[in-house]
Amino acid sequence: MNSSNSILGLLWLAGCLSGTWAVDRGNFKTCDQSAFCKRQRALKPGQSPYRALLETLELTNTKLTLQLINDNNKVRLLLELYRLQGNMTRVKINELKPLKPRFEVPDVLINDPPTEPLSLLSRDENGVVLSLGADSQRLIVSAKPFRLDIMEGREVLLSLNSRGLLAFEHLRILEDGMWEETFKSHTDSKPNGPSSISLDFSLPGVENVYGIPEHADSLKLKATDGGDPYRLFNLDVFQYEVFNPMALYGAIPVMLSHSAQRTMGIFWLNAAETWVDISSNTAGKTVFGQMLDYVQGSSETPQTDVRWISESGIIDVFIMLGPTPTDVFSQYASLTGTQAFPPLSALAYHQCRWNYNDQEDVAAVDQGFDDHDIPYDFIWLDIEHTDGKRYFTWDPHKFPQPKDMLQGLLDKRRKMVTIVDPHIKVDSSYKIHNEIRSKGFYVKSKDGGDYEGWCWPGNSGYPDFTNPEMRAWWASMFAYDQYEGSMENMYTWNDMNEPSVFNGPEVTMHKDALHGNWENRDLHNLYGLYVQRATAEGLIERSGGVERPFVLARAFFAGSQRYGAVWTGDNAAEWEHLKISIPMCLSLSLVGVSFCGADVGGFFKSPSTELLVRWYQTGAYQPFFRAHAHLDTPRREPWLFGPENTALIREAVRQRYALLPYWYQLFYHAHHSGQPVMRPLWVEYPQDTATFSMDDQFLLGRDLLVHPVTEEGARGVTAYLPGKGEVWFDVHTFQKHNGAQNLYIPVTISSIPVFQRGGSIIPRKARVRRSSSCMEHDPYTLFVALSPKRFAQGELYIDDGHTFNFDKQKQFIHRRFSFANNALSSRNLAPGSQFTTFSWVEKIVILGASKPSKATLKTHDGKESQLEFEFDASMSVLTLRKPGVNAGLDWTVVLQ
Amino acid sequence: MSCALLLLLMSLALAMGTGAAVEIQRPRGVPLSKRQFYEENKPFTCLDGSSTIPFDRVNDDYCDCRDGSDEPGTAACPNGSFHCTNAGFRPAFIPSSRINDGICDCCDTTDEYNSGATCQNTCREMGRKERESLQIMAEITKEGFLLKQQLIHEAKRGQEDKQGKLTELQGSKKGLEEKVEALRTVKETAEDPEKEAKERHLKAWEEQKELLRMEKDKTRMAEAFLELDDDADGYVSVAELQSHLELDPDSDGSLSETETQVSQGQSEPPAPVETPQEESRDFVSDHDSDHYPEDYAGEEEEDVEDDEEDDHDEEEEEEKVTPEKREDDEVSMPPYDTETQSLIDGTYSHLQSLICDPECISICRNLEKEIGFDFGPSAEFAYLYSQCYELSTSEYIYRLCPFNRVSQKPKFGGSETNLGLWGQWAGPEGNLYSVMKYDHGQGCWQGPNRSTTVKLTCGKETVVTSTSEPSRCEYLMEFTTPAVCQEPASLDEVLHGHTEL
Repeated sequence: MNSSNSILGLLWLAGCLSGTWAVDRGNFKTCDQSAFCKRQRALKPGQSPYRALLETLELTNTKLTLQLINDNNKVRLLLELYRLQGNMTRVKINELKPLKPRFEVPDVLINDPPTEPLSLLSRDENGVVLSLGADSQRLIVSAKPFRLDIMEGREVLLSLNSRGLLAFEHLRILEDGMWEETFKSHTDSKPNGPSSISLDFSLPGVENVYGIPEHADSLKLKATDGGDPYRLFNLDVFQYEVFNPMALYGAIPVMLSHSAQRTMGIFWLNAAETWVDISSNTAGKTVFGQMLDYVQGSSETPQTDVRWISESGIIDVFIMLGPTPTDVFSQYASLTGTQAFPPLSALAYHQCRWNYNDQEDVAAVDQGFDDHDIPYDFIWLDIEHTDGKRYFTWDPHKFPQPKDMLQGLLDKRRKMVTIVDPHIKVDSSYKIHNEIRSKGFYVKSKDGGDYEGWCWPGNSGYPDFTNPEMRAWWASMFAYDQYEGSMENMYTWNDMNEPSVFNGPEVTMHKDALHGNWENRDLHNLYGLYVQRATAEGLIERSGGVERPFVLARAFFAGSQRYGAVWTGDNAAEWEHLKISIPMCLSLSLVGVSFCGADVGGFFKSPSTELLVRWYQTGAYQPFFRAHAHLDTPRREPWLFGPENTALIREAVRQRYALLPYWYQLFYHAHHSGQPVMRPLWVEYPQDTATFSMDDQFLLGRDLLVHPVTEEGARGVTAYLPGKGEVWFDVHTFQKHNGAQNLYIPVTISSIPVFQRGGSIIPRKARVRRSSSCMEHDPYTLFVALSPKRFAQGELYIDDGHTFNFDKQKQFIHRRFSFANNALSSRNLAPGSQFTTFSWVEKIVILGASKPSKATLKTHDGKESQLEFEFDASMSVLTLRKPGVNAGLDWTVVLQ
Repeated sequence: MSCALLLLLMSLALAMGTGAAVEIQRPRGVPLSKRQFYEENKPFTCLDGSSTIPFDRVNDDYCDCRDGSDEPGTAACPNGSFHCTNAGFRPAFIPSSRINDGICDCCDTTDEYNSGATCQNTCREMGRKERESLQIMAEITKEGFLLKQQLIHEAKRGQEDKQGKLTELQGSKKGLEEKVEALRTVKETAEDPEKEAKERHLKAWEEQKELLRMEKDKTRMAEAFLELDDDADGYVSVAELQSHLELDPDSDGSLSETETQVSQGQSEPPAPVETPQEESRDFVSDHDSDHYPEDYAGEEEEDVEDDEEDDHDEEEEEEKVTPEKREDDEVSMPPYDTETQSLIDGTYSHLQSLICDPECISICRNLEKEIGFDFGPSAEFAYLYSQCYELSTSEYIYRLCPFNRVSQKPKFGGSETNLGLWGQWAGPEGNLYSVMKYDHGQGCWQGPNRSTTVKLTCGKETVVTSTSEPSRCEYLMEFTTPAVCQEPASLDEVLHGHTEL
């Protein structure tokens, strides 16, 4: 979902005229059409009017404050500098005395970031030098023009306002009445006038920047000179195009920079419409301050310059200094939290369609999966399941007995997701609407009445999710006795939460609509996060805080990772869209959102059989694995394309299920420490420049490399296997390949090129059943891939799969598997935890092994027994038969 | 722990089954037919011959055979299968992955022996239900099959009848053509300039007498149409023909005597139409569809306009053939013999119009078309032709006119949507006549043209039992008719075959 029906007519007309299938760019603003962006972009570098008033400097235990003055208009700003724990610096700039408070983004940081003291190293009339503590890091404040430089040793890591593009439009009293701005037929009253902000960052030595999702573009961000900047503004873009910087459904204002020496991050905490300009200046022509001249002798240094522009709010930037990718992930996680740990089943396969028509249809599709022996865990219901698009209700004819339907799924240990969108039908006979209206919970229009817009149900109100009382009430609507027909195996999907307003400017809410005292302009990009948050809290509350929620949302912001999954919205059944799913999810992974996926098969249009099969094969190795289709497309359940293709899709889905233990462990890590599940290669091979712009392949965790086939009619792919001196094993054939090479792999339609890193141990469940719940107690097979030094390490994480007991009561198993000195052992990684599993180890497959004379199993109680084994000399694969040990206990296998 | 030694358990399920008298020892999940391969205490060879293992590794919850044959009773092999005896019902194989997955798959509960799932043995109940439904089905089939025989008989008679009518019509048409040819000669003669005018007058009057006789022929033909109409139960084209006979001469205005005669000859009121006018249009449309299928891609305004244009074209073409000639004749007509001349002209063009009358041609074509239809091996579906069947749902009235079209009309106002025109029989091989396909219906936005698949099942009644739209603009209709009832195996046979389980 979802297209915008009300604009369908127009678009259809446009489509007829142009004869092409594409986004209607005319519906969305360019920088030139966005007044503040145009104003800001017109500023020329090197003419900064800002000067630091060093005499105002104050240094406390937690921060440094300093006033800045704009010499052109004498307006003063207040700069606050913080040194944060974990190697981060926070820079806040606000008006010293604004006419009225400017918006500061709440609810995104998980706490007030703990600080560390700054100390003054030196001070003169040109500026001050502060110590950032470890690694001889210094922060240099230059007075005229104002700029900040962060240095480590003799190296400049990053400079602020080095190009002089700091610009802070101070709030003014309406003077000339010319503040209105019109786009197409919509007028933005802009009652507060111009209020935009901007700041530039220079990154010497950096050629690669990533992140700032959501854009349908390459992983490595492109220079924006000569085109539009990357735009961050949550929008429902109908039939979006790939490879352009247009805004999409979500916005995470976080950019990562990477070079072979260092990885850093910039988190621009602002929820207003934002544009990001990137220019890559490898000639290093930026002029540095006098104090730095001696450092930068060379003008050859590559450099990337970045400029952020936002429509309102304040400048609040977190500079994450790395230095490794892992460090940046941890730093960002310490600010905005980590990925919600999903129920295990949510990592399995999801079957969706707009729409499964009625209960009989649901039952038939469910049965279809069993008849064709394809596993699935969730079946989804889109908007047509409701009574006239009134969310929390059921169509009385099509879904007269939802509990019977849900019970039917429960009997098969399967689940359902129903859609609950944040636009509420204005209908005095609709309980939800009446309550929101009577409680005054709707977003207000600039005139103070309830804001109304057009969406699926027709005329709709938009609950003000920024209001905590509203969110609490919304959450309570998910209680089993409130949401009639719901059951514990029913979860939620929040679509259209940008919010989508079919008849609004750029298909979203008017910027002068009011959320309490704040305009939508100030917090637009935050709305979607609040919707998903309130829904996730509802699902938690309905179970008394016991069960983990699962909520999918289309719009998101920094911090959304805490509340569930996101997907890349309304893509299309085209090869280009299959390809772009990889960089789109990688970009999200880098900025905290690991639970990402694209509609398998493509939402709009109908995929060729080959494309559908390739998409299943790709999706099986992406975090959120859901097939979805537009209402107007022909049915495409996996068995509708002949037995050969059914078998291909079955195999792809089965590979997903077999690998669920590894996926679960990766998500545990994402939740626990903020490390992404899906990773660009450079994250694990930060010095390998060959990997820096790669986005046709990726890593899952550290240990699996996936190179999906995304070319039509492909006969082969060239995968890059990184790591000099490392080896990789084809997970299907066990063929060993050397690292640091481009490997040509001939492919057939059944090929999914996946490699396991030599030196890793991956647990799988070989007994694939019809849903992940059915596999709960099944035994594990361990795949031990030896490094050239005959070493390997891996993990296993087990818990009940669906409650918070892992967290609240430490009920989980976390094991460390190590292979060294011809012995494989399992040791407890979490001595403080406890959990009992029925699962056991049924098989151990050692890749790159030599033939032992015997294999001895020692169990936790000291008993020894001999294991039978098979050795495949041609592939050097040793298979140990049935160790039979419980997966939660200590054991060792010694090879002699 | 589920690895806990799943030894060779004797098939308890068999003991529970009432019908099966003998307990036969065999490993769990092995069907009787394969028992001999699993001999206790002898090494087991995988059924694909790939390897041989000690017998204690059969059903030991570890997969040793590539074909999964060593684990018939556990979930260890990804490609294994488990046999449920299901005493009282039908035996079945299920994938090994459904053993002990917490879900009851075998009605005898034998697949869930170690999962904690509480399953009820439902085999006897299911057996009973199946027998009941089989019995009902058998009865329906039996009665349906009798009805089908009747249908076949009637279809045969109807077919012959129609063939007769067609032959007759074609003969009569041929006769008319001959007369016209004769008249043409007369006409040409009459148009010879100023030569023996009186003789020609006389001759013309003789011709007129002749003409009167021909009009009697024509009346007979009209009667033949009416007769046909009765047979075919509401043949619209006939009705139109009748009105045409009235109107067309009127417009000509020259053959008043003859016209009167024709009117007198008509024993019935002018419009004894049994079918509503709109349907008649449909019918004609259908006839046209052979030539202009693209007109039926949709019924949007554009298409309607196209239709009209096409009609125009046809009319224009016709005008080119005859009336222009007439104009030419009029120009060259000698002015002094107006009366005779107009008589001849009137008669000529009237006859010409009778022969070339689109309605008349349409009847012949329709007859030819109907006779040419594939109404099944024994024409058992012929009775559906020109019939329509409706099903009313909460929102729509669906209408199936077999061999013609499927449509949908909103119950509470709104225009009808064409869900497809007759395409072809589309059943699977060996059962071609079990599915009808209607396609080229109204187009969908960003989607295909609407189409409908009609599944035919045996029933005593001819009725649409359900409709659905499983995929956008692809409709599915269930339709029962005796015409698909197969000759029933004897009921005893059916039941016997199942009680043996």
